[in-house]
Amino acid sequence: MEASDTIFVAFKKAILGFLQGFLPDWTVVIVSILISITAIAIFGPVTMMYLTWLERKVVGRIQNRYGPNRVGIFGLLQPIADGVKMLTKEDIVPQAADKVTHFLAPVIVVIPALLVFSVLPFGKGMAAVNLNVGLLFFLAISTMSTIAIFMGSWGSRNKFSLLGGMRAVAQMVSYEIPMVMSVVPVILVTGSLSTVSIVEAQLGGKWFVFTPWGFFAAIVFFLCGVAEVNRTPFDLPEGESEIIAGFHTEYSGMKFALFYMAEFMSAFAISGLTATLFFGGWDGPFLPSWVWFLIKAYAMIFIMIWFRGTLPRLRVDQLMGFAWKLLLPFALLNIFVAALWQLLPAPKNLIVAGAAEAVVLVVIFVAARKDSPQKRTYIFAD
Amino acid sequence: MFGFGVLKGMSVTLWNFILSYIYPKKGITTVQYPEKKKEVEERFRNFPFLVYDGTPDNMRCVACDICAKECPPKCIYIIPEKDAQGRIQKKPATFDIDYAICMNCGICEEVCPFDAIFMDHEYELSEYDRLSDLMYPKEKLLKPVEHFMKIRPTDCGAIEAQRAAKGIKGRAAQVQSAPAATVKPAETQQNPPANA
Amino acid sequence: MSETALHSQEPQLLEVSIGPQHPSTHGVFRMNVVLDGETIVKLKPVMGYLHRNHEQLAENMSYLASMPYTDRLDYICSMTNNFAYATAVEKLAGIDVPERAQYIRVLMAELTRLVNHTLLVGFLLNDLGAFFTPILYAFREREKILDFFEATAGSRMMCNYFRFGGLKSDLPAGGLEQVKKIVNNYSRFLDEFERLLTNNEILRSRCQNVGILSKELAVSASITGPMLRASGVNYDIRKVDKYSIYDRFEFKVPLGKVGDVYDRYYVRILEMRESIKILQQILKQMPEKGEIISAKGAAAGKSPRMWKPPAGDAYGRIESPKGELGFYLVSDGTPKPYRYHVRPPSFINITILEDMCLGYKVADAIIILGSVDIVLGEVDR
Repeated sequence: MEASDTIFVAFKKAILGFLQGFLPDWTVVIVSILISITAIAIFGPVTMMYLTWLERKVVGRIQNRYGPNRVGIFGLLQPIADGVKMLTKEDIVPQAADKVTHFLAPVIVVIPALLVFSVLPFGKGMAAVNLNVGLLFFLAISTMSTIAIFMGSWGSRNKFSLLGGMRAVAQMVSYEIPMVMSVVPVILVTGSLSTVSIVEAQLGGKWFVFTPWGFFAAIVFFLCGVAEVNRTPFDLPEGESEIIAGFHTEYSGMKFALFYMAEFMSAFAISGLTATLFFGGWDGPFLPSWVWFLIKAYAMIFIMIWFRGTLPRLRVDQLMGFAWKLLLPFALLNIFVAALWQLLPAPKNLIVAGAAEAVVLVVIFVAARKDSPQKRTYIFAD
Repeated sequence: MFGFGVLKGMSVTLWNFILSYIYPKKGITTVQYPEKKKEVEERFRNFPFLVYDGTPDNMRCVACDICAKECPPKCIYIIPEKDAQGRIQKKPATFDIDYAICMNCGICEEVCPFDAIFMDHEYELSEYDRLSDLMYPKEKLLKPVEHFMKIRPTDCGAIEAQRAAKGIKGRAAQVQSAPAATVKPAETQQNPPANA
Repeated sequence: MSETALHSQEPQLLEVSIGPQHPSTHGVFRMNVVLDGETIVKLKPVMGYLHRNHEQLAENMSYLASMPYTDRLDYICSMTNNFAYATAVEKLAGIDVPERAQYIRVLMAELTRLVNHTLLVGFLLNDLGAFFTPILYAFREREKILDFFEATAGSRMMCNYFRFGGLKSDLPAGGLEQVKKIVNNYSRFLDEFERLLTNNEILRSRCQNVGILSKELAVSASITGPMLRASGVNYDIRKVDKYSIYDRFEFKVPLGKVGDVYDRYYVRILEMRESIKILQQILKQMPEKGEIISAKGAAAGKSPRMWKPPAGDAYGRIESPKGELGFYLVSDGTPKPYRYHVRPPSFINITILEDMCLGYKVADAIIILGSVDIVLGEVDR
């Protein structure tokens, strides 16, 4: 049990111990860093490849059909076929495009997607870097992709791409605020920004999602995360069935693959972070810790794919309205409820916090009533 | 309340997702072509073919040219056979159907007075060259009556019964009867043939 | 794509061409849109990419030979196209239709209505972004109806089933059981579909109060079909003309109030439920045996290239799933028509697109176009 839990950590220690014998100390440090980087660099793209496979299979099953099942058993080699296809495509750059931004955009959009993996605690003692501002690092670095998307749309010299890019920037900026606000209760309760200590505060089944404020904070955070990653129902920037085919219209081949990769890796990162912050991270009985983390992260990913298979997309003004008028007040009021929870002693805080949360919900829904769609009646003539 | 419509909708898709695993017969509607093929219905009409009784020489067609004249896109080309003196025989020397033009309407089958041309069930007919490979000559179009009976038993059975009732045996009998005498009966079990 | 830059006082307008190759325009259809920011200022539909010369071709062929071409007008609902053409020719030549054939005709027409409306709802949601799920659910049910069409007429979509004076052939053995199964399952499928879609807040907020068409404008632009009824005008040709045997069935006509995209979508769902009611009544009332084609009709079909209808003209129309489909035939006593004209509902409904789209955003234009329910085969003929 203990062995399987820390199998990766023990493996790394073994390598370092072996090398310590005959190499100076500073080399060992570098090797340690390199091992972590390699692990993330392998895990990231492989996850992304198999996330595309998973998405196609799940959406296929929702639609009463098999997903891809011809290339290898269960279609498991399909991502490799897609990768080969993307690599062999011709790299088209529009003549009037701004070459530097056009080239750099896909590169810059992948960097934050990979960087944020370094603060996710994949298991017990398995966060690549235990920063004591881990959460802040995550949120700050993930906003870097906004500018990369804007660079992509600007560099394409295409009116449609520019419109798509501006919408994307507006969307991402306005959804960051409720995202950060919904994380504040977690920081309030644990008193630390480090992802590792947040998980340690939830050990033993005391996950934050089981508290009144945590449940709704998880929902708000997850929805904002979905919007940050540009997935349905918030995938306006890459809306396929509208004229503005998105900020990545002018990209083909490997550059498009990089945008795609960044989107999926960010989706996994957001799911991982939701699992860490609200669902207890790697906490869980019987199975090794990293297995629990992966189970929880993939459960969140399944919900994202489920959204994609079911819901139509929102229009841009409705999207903004949703963020500013619904999610942000909710997240702010949630902070007060979390503060109530933290201040009061053990059984009383559940009742008081629960009641406060109910009041908050009622207030928000009544205020949002006039925006929500109304019922219609139809008459039947003979 | 806001949000519940979305949740209800999502429950429908989740149910379909689960159903596709626990009860694939209803949950999955894919037919894994080409390993399994969906059975075509009996009356499925794709491209035409010519019928012969017994040997390919004994074909029912007498080159009356009615199907070529009725065909809406004019995809049938018939040249009747001429004997040594140049008299027209009741047999086609050339009977080409251009499958690239044919639109599978079935009018040729309806108007043929000699039960000679019917619609086949073949749909896997890809070729590389449209002009040469898709122009089907007489030899490729001729198929025995047994084939017709196999693909469309109801219709073939009704037609064979009517031919037996009228005493039509084969090529010898057809040469005597005039082309416009018999009306093509409607292919049905309940409707008696309508004679004008 | 060109840019119209006006003087510095006025906003810069952007002229954009949506289509003809576009995943959402239901065929090869182009819209020239002039945008101010994201709001539509002017819209001009450009069509003709699928013009196949149907009316001219018909002047060179016999009457029966145009029947397979009418299948390909509105290629989704081939049975109702055949129905309209057969009605027009029967009016022209004074041919009657026997009882059982009438029942089967109405059966096919109502099944076609189901086919068309399910397909439309599915594609409207695809335009909204729901990534094929509603389409595939709708197609699952549509397949059963198409299998029935294949068993009866020989082909799933290009049926060529109606003849002047009746039908080409009777239902196959077991055909009625197939229809019974379809009808029994359809209400349940519609309930599932409505649970997925109708109360969905995202669908409602995107479709309500978008693309409003007022009653007066609809009537003056000669819009017909579900679009007209969603704007509140009570005009259904099945009730007005009482063609074929529709007066023997009890069904109501659903009307909308506001005339926006949501109304058009929901009126179609309600019409599907009414069609199911009609189908159930047909199954109860249909005579067991009967003629399939009348004597005069059989004479017309015996040798189509030599059949001459009397000289004169006739206009036959039916309520196709998209609106009023009419055929105007002028005959001069020869086997080929002198003039053959189709009144396509999609073409006439699309003329009002600009008035509906002004002031809305581009994303709305796509769903407004989706709710008009066009099929390019009909628009361009």
